[in-house]
Formats: sequence, C-alpha cells, structure tokens
Amino acid sequence: MRTDVHKINEQTPHEELTEGLMMFAGGTSKYFQTGEWRTSTPVLHEDLCKQCLLCAPVCPDSCIPVKEGKREDFDYDHCKGCGICAAVCPFDAIEMKEGR
Amino acid sequence: MAIKDRMSGNEAVAYAIRQVNPDVMPAFPITPSTEIPQMVSTYIANGEMDTEFIPVESEHSSMSAAIGSEAAGARSLTATSSAGLALMWEELLLAASNRMPLVLTLVNRTLSGPININCDHSDGMGARDTGWIQIYAENNQEAYDNFIQAYPIAEHADVHLPVMVCQDGFITSHAVENIELMEDGVVKDFVGEYEPEEYLLNPGKPIAVGPYSVSNYAMEAKKNQEIALERSKEVILQVAEAFEKISGRKYGLFEEYRTEDADYIMLIMGSAAGTAKQAVDDLRLQGKKVGVVKLRVFRPFPAKELAKALSRCKAVAIMDRCESYNGNGGPLGSEVTSGLYRNKVMIETVNYIYGLAGRDFTVNEVYDVFAQLENMIENGQQAEQYQYIGLRKQEAPSE
Amino acid sequence: MSNYSLKEIMNKPERLAPGHRMCAGCGATIAVRAVLRALDEKDRAVIGNATGCLEVSSFTYPYTAWEDSYIHNAFENAGATLSGVETAYKALKKKGRLPEDETFKFITFGGDGGTYDIGFQSLSGAMERGHDMVYVCYDNGAYMNTGIQRSSATPMYADTTTTPVGSQSNGKMQNRKDLASIIADHDVPYVAQTTFTRDFKDLHEKARKAIYTEGACFLNIMTPCPRGWRYNTPDIMKICRLAVETCYWPLFEVDHGKWKLSYEPKKKLPIEEFLREQGRFKHLFKPGNEDLIAQFQAEVDRRWEDLLFKCSR
Repeated sequence: MRTDVHKINEQTPHEELTEGLMMFAGGTSKYFQTGEWRTSTPVLHEDLCKQCLLCAPVCPDSCIPVKEGKREDFDYDHCKGCGICAAVCPFDAIEMKEGR
Repeated sequence: MAIKDRMSGNEAVAYAIRQVNPDVMPAFPITPSTEIPQMVSTYIANGEMDTEFIPVESEHSSMSAAIGSEAAGARSLTATSSAGLALMWEELLLAASNRMPLVLTLVNRTLSGPININCDHSDGMGARDTGWIQIYAENNQEAYDNFIQAYPIAEHADVHLPVMVCQDGFITSHAVENIELMEDGVVKDFVGEYEPEEYLLNPGKPIAVGPYSVSNYAMEAKKNQEIALERSKEVILQVAEAFEKISGRKYGLFEEYRTEDADYIMLIMGSAAGTAKQAVDDLRLQGKKVGVVKLRVFRPFPAKELAKALSRCKAVAIMDRCESYNGNGGPLGSEVTSGLYRNKVMIETVNYIYGLAGRDFTVNEVYDVFAQLENMIENGQQAEQYQYIGLRKQEAPSE
Repeated sequence: MSNYSLKEIMNKPERLAPGHRMCAGCGATIAVRAVLRALDEKDRAVIGNATGCLEVSSFTYPYTAWEDSYIHNAFENAGATLSGVETAYKALKKKGRLPEDETFKFITFGGDGGTYDIGFQSLSGAMERGHDMVYVCYDNGAYMNTGIQRSSATPMYADTTTTPVGSQSNGKMQNRKDLASIIADHDVPYVAQTTFTRDFKDLHEKARKAIYTEGACFLNIMTPCPRGWRYNTPDIMKICRLAVETCYWPLFEVDHGKWKLSYEPKKKLPIEEFLREQGRFKHLFKPGNEDLIAQFQAEVDRRWEDLLFKCSR
C-alpha cells in the first residue's frame, strides 16, 4: 500500500506508522517547508535576467524551477536564502533582501 | 517420498538452500560455517541452482549486502559463525528494524577470546536482543527442517522479520548422521515464490528505506517491531503444523521429552539435548522421574508456555552453553527464572554453565545434575544456584 | 565533440525534491542534483547513502527528498549495501521477475567519512567485485555531521574540532589521502575527480560516463561546507574555482586505466588564494607562519606534477 505522507505526523498512533518506518512513496519532502529558515530572500529582477540559467544548478534546494528552457520564480516555500544564486548571476538579476 | 541419506549438518543446510534456491547469497567464510557457502558455490558452479552468490570482503558486508538485496525484492540469506556474527551485530539490528525477512544460518561457535573454533552458544546469545527470530536445532535433521520453515515464517505478513537458524558447530555441523530429505518439488511448493508488496526495484513505485527518525516516531517503530516478534510465535506454530503435513515431523516452540510425570526436568538447547535424553532414558530405567525440555525457539522467548510446561515439576536444571558475564548466571538462567516468577511458578531452579568452547558434555554429567536436584528437594541439601559443569578446580585443602 | 547544453539539462525533471534539511548553502545537495541530472529520464535508479549529513537530512521520516527508490543502511557499508541491491537486480532480471524494458541504475552517495575512512573496506570490496554501480563521494574534507572532526580527506593544517589550532598546534598534521588514485588502482573502468564549475559541464559529463560505463565506477566530488570551512556562504562557486585554479583540486579522470587531465589552468594561482577565503586556515596567515603555507604549496605542487606525469603516459 502506498504511503500518504499527509496521514503521518508526530501524533500518529504506532499502529498507523509504516512498517520499518519505510516510505512507500518518493519525494515527500516537498511537503515539508524549509522556507521559514530564511533570514534573507532572493528577489528576481526579470528585466535584468537573460535566462542564462547559471543560477539553476547551484541551488542546493532545487528552488529554481526550469520549464521549457526558462527559469521561473523562486520556490519560496523551500528556499533557505543561502544567496549562492545571487552571487553567481552575471547580470545582477538576483538581489538578496533582508528578511523573509 | 522421503529420501534417506547420511549428511553432516552443514551438508543438510546447503542441500536445503539448493532446494529453496533463494535469489541472493552474500557470504564470508568462517569456521565452522564455511562449508555452507562453499557447497552453495559448488551447486551454483554445477548449474544445480541459480542463486547469485556475492563473495563479500567481511561479514559486516555480507549482512549489509543481504539487507540491500532483500530490500530490493530478492529472497536473501547468509551464513556465519562466532566472530562473524559479532562483526554483523550492528547490521543484525538493522535487518530486524528495517523489517527484512531474510535468513541467516548460524553454526554456533564460541566468541573470542581466547580464539577457539568449537561450539558454544555465546555467538547466538550475543545476538539475542537484535530483534531476530532464533530457532535452534538438536541435530542435522532439525537444521534441515528448520531452514525449510524459515522463509515461510520470516515472509509472513504478520511477521516480516529475519530468522536465524542455528545448529551446533562441529557437533552438528560436521558430524554425519542419518537424515530424511524431502523431494525438491515438495520443498519448493512449501516455501513458495517470494512476492513482496513493496521493494526498491518495483518500477514506478519508489520506496525509501532506513530513515532518520526523531523520538516522536522511533519509540513507536520499536514497539511495532516488538509486536511483530510476539506475533511470530503463532506463525512459527502454524508453519510447523503445515510442515508436519509434508514431512511427518512435529515441531513446536520446545520439545517435551518424558516430562508428563517428571519431578526433575533439564531445560537445554541444541545438540546437548541428545545427551540429556539418553541420560533420562537411563535414569527412567532406574525409576527416576526425570525429563527434558528442549528449547527450539529462543526468540520470541516462550516464557508463558515454558512456565506452564515446568509448573508440575519440583526442580529444573537450566542449562546454559554460554556465560553472560553478568555475575548472576547465563542467559537462559535469567530468562527462564524471570518467566517462572512472572507466571507465579515457584519451583526450585539451578543454572548450570556447560560445554563452553567445545568442552564435552557427558551422560554422566547429566546423571550428576539430576542427582543434585533430587538431593536438594528430598534431603534439603542446598545447591549453588549458578555453577559450572566439567570445570577443573583445585582440590579443597584437607581438614 | 561535446554537445553539452545547460538549458537542455536543466529542463529535466528534478530527482531531488526540496524540503530536505541540509544547511543553507550546502555543497552536497548541489552535487547530488548534478549527478542525478546525468541519468536518462527514462531510466530508473536506486540510490544508496552512507550515514552522514546527506542521509539524516534527506530522509527524515516521513519526508524523503528522493524521487527514486532509496536505501540508507549504516555509516560504513554503503558500498556493500548497494552491491546487494545491484545483485538483486541481476537475480530478478535473470529470473524474469522484472519487465525487460525497465532499466535501473545504481548510485550511492557517501561523505568523506563514510568513504575515505569507516566505509573504505566496504567501498574497496564493492569496487573490486565490479558491481555495475557508481559510488559518489561528496568530499567536504571532514566529519561534518558530527561537528567538523578531521578525516583522512582533511587537508593539512585545517582547523577541525579534533585537530584544533592552539598554542601547540597548527591544525591537522597529515596530508589528505588521495582516494581517487587509490580507487583507480583497483583497476575499475572509470574514476573521476571533479567539483562545481560555472556551467557544471565537467561534473555532468563525468557523472554520465560513470553511470553509463558498465562496472564499478567512482566519482570524487569536492563539495565545500560553509560551516566547516568557514567561508562566506554565497561564495561556494568562487571557492571551487580557486581550488581548481590553484591545482589544490585538479579535475581529472581515469578511463579504463588511461589518466586524462580535464583542465589545466593557464596560470596556476598561488595556494594562498584558496586558503585565504576559509576560516579553517586563518592561522596560516599569522606572521611567522609563512613556512606552513610554503609547505602546503610544496605538497600541492608535488601532487600536481605527479598527476601531470600520470596523464602524460
């Protein structure tokens, strides 16, 4: 039986946890939000972005989605605000702003 | 049709492995279990089975690889003894906590030091709290039969736990005795195909094994594992019943030998049960009311059932082929007495340590044990509650 | 001729989901994402993982960041565990219990602790037996998960919590072990050393070769750790560039026994450029410690010359 991650939380009775704490599902961490860790936030200036995509592979948190060869806006539910993307952007199209 | 043959315990288990033809076997040689992977490799080399054998570089890796292959959806096993089992210790816990129904055939040998290759149960007993089901054999026939029952127990939906099938090093593993084998087809039908529901190699249905878990889940997971071990007791009996139908041989959690009216019982495990039974037969001829309880399933520990079986006797000799170094006796000594107490069976017990590192255990020594029990009850002669058998001692100084 | 296109590669569906608990700016997951992008979309994978930062943070029950099947077993046995998985694949294929058109690839990740040190035997065994798998070491040069203790991958003079700099100590006393060479000496079909470069071409092509070369392959990827190395977190790409340009971390591959240099700096930068950015080497820049930097430079030079020699044969 496939696991529904939404049915498991720290109040779940032992009978309803998965056998051996295995997860019979992939990629369930996307339902855990790490965005609240941020102390500074990347902001994309679309007018400056040349879609070179150099920012996409350097994100440790898979937070720069690429669709049809173009990057989209940040996944703020998960972005931890490390600032690597802003540092690699050759066009200053990503600005780190204080706070969340 | 049963096939009558003569085989050593290792040959019998290797023969059973060939008949079951599991998918993957990683193994590393260690005396006295080495013959098992050798024989399996030979069967494979001659095309008599098609298990994938992995000649790993250590026992830690053999259990690690077995966990990997089992999680991947392949019926897996390994074999080891002594220090090999000790090296696996961390992985034994993971096999059980990850709920992997794999099988380990253990040929019991003492743990170092000193290094010694002969039999006692310190290896198996050292792994007694790792979450494995442990089944001990008296002889080659039982080693063969227990192996064939192992996967149906391990893979049962109520269980999903690993099973350790144990036989005594050299005494059973290397001594050639008569045996009744079953036909290949009968064994294959009994064990069946392995059809796990969830596994790593299930296309399009990924799973994740071996998480980090915060306390809020870890305690619940451990309880679930314990429940599975408790439930396995019933499954072990069901599988034994099914096995009796195809073999005519009856198995339970333990065997009771001439205990119906026994005043004195020896509780023992493994090959030495044969010695104890011989002594009981001799003593019965002299009118002594003595019997043997041979423990087959050590994990899950059948405390309640044992307490009931012992409740009618006056005294029991609890025989440990293992020293616990707890200053208070052996593992069976601790667990049996706690089982008796909790079930309010207040009989006398004496815990004997015997046969360490291959020390002989003789019929005469069994006579002495029963004499001591009788003397304790009939004549009020106190017996040391925890003592060694067959140990050389300095003569007591003369008065 | 390479036809690498970052645009095309980045278009592939992500195989490492967000929501894992690695530190902000961690190098390890940058490496994981890059390796997984080298998989063909149609191919499935089983990922192995040694205990370490990556494991405790990427599968924290009930949240797995892995879109593919994943197994963590223990610290020292990622090689052996994946050996078992890969062998199971062979067994199930042989017995017809897996559809013929399904292909699985086997990739395991371990930190330098789980790879260079405690997992070294298990790795060596798996490589020697030739399982069709890739072992990826994400090398951040110390036991970061337990709090920055030295490993055999830690460079000389690094300040770690078990080689702390003090009045009687200049940090770690020994040079780092050259693991890529050691695994190459197992005569496996493919070994490569890499790190992050601007467009990730080097890492991508090496990961692809490792995944699609039959047999046991090994990748050693330098993945800076902002906590342990104490550099300015956003500067990870600069740190990697300096590691390569100073020849501290040369990019090379050993393809079926043939050593090939992947990149030769036009002008080799002095090692200070790499060291200066990192707090773990701060003490080397105190007056009077010039000889320590000179020794560090001498070791980098010696290893670089040795690599050039191997690649010239």
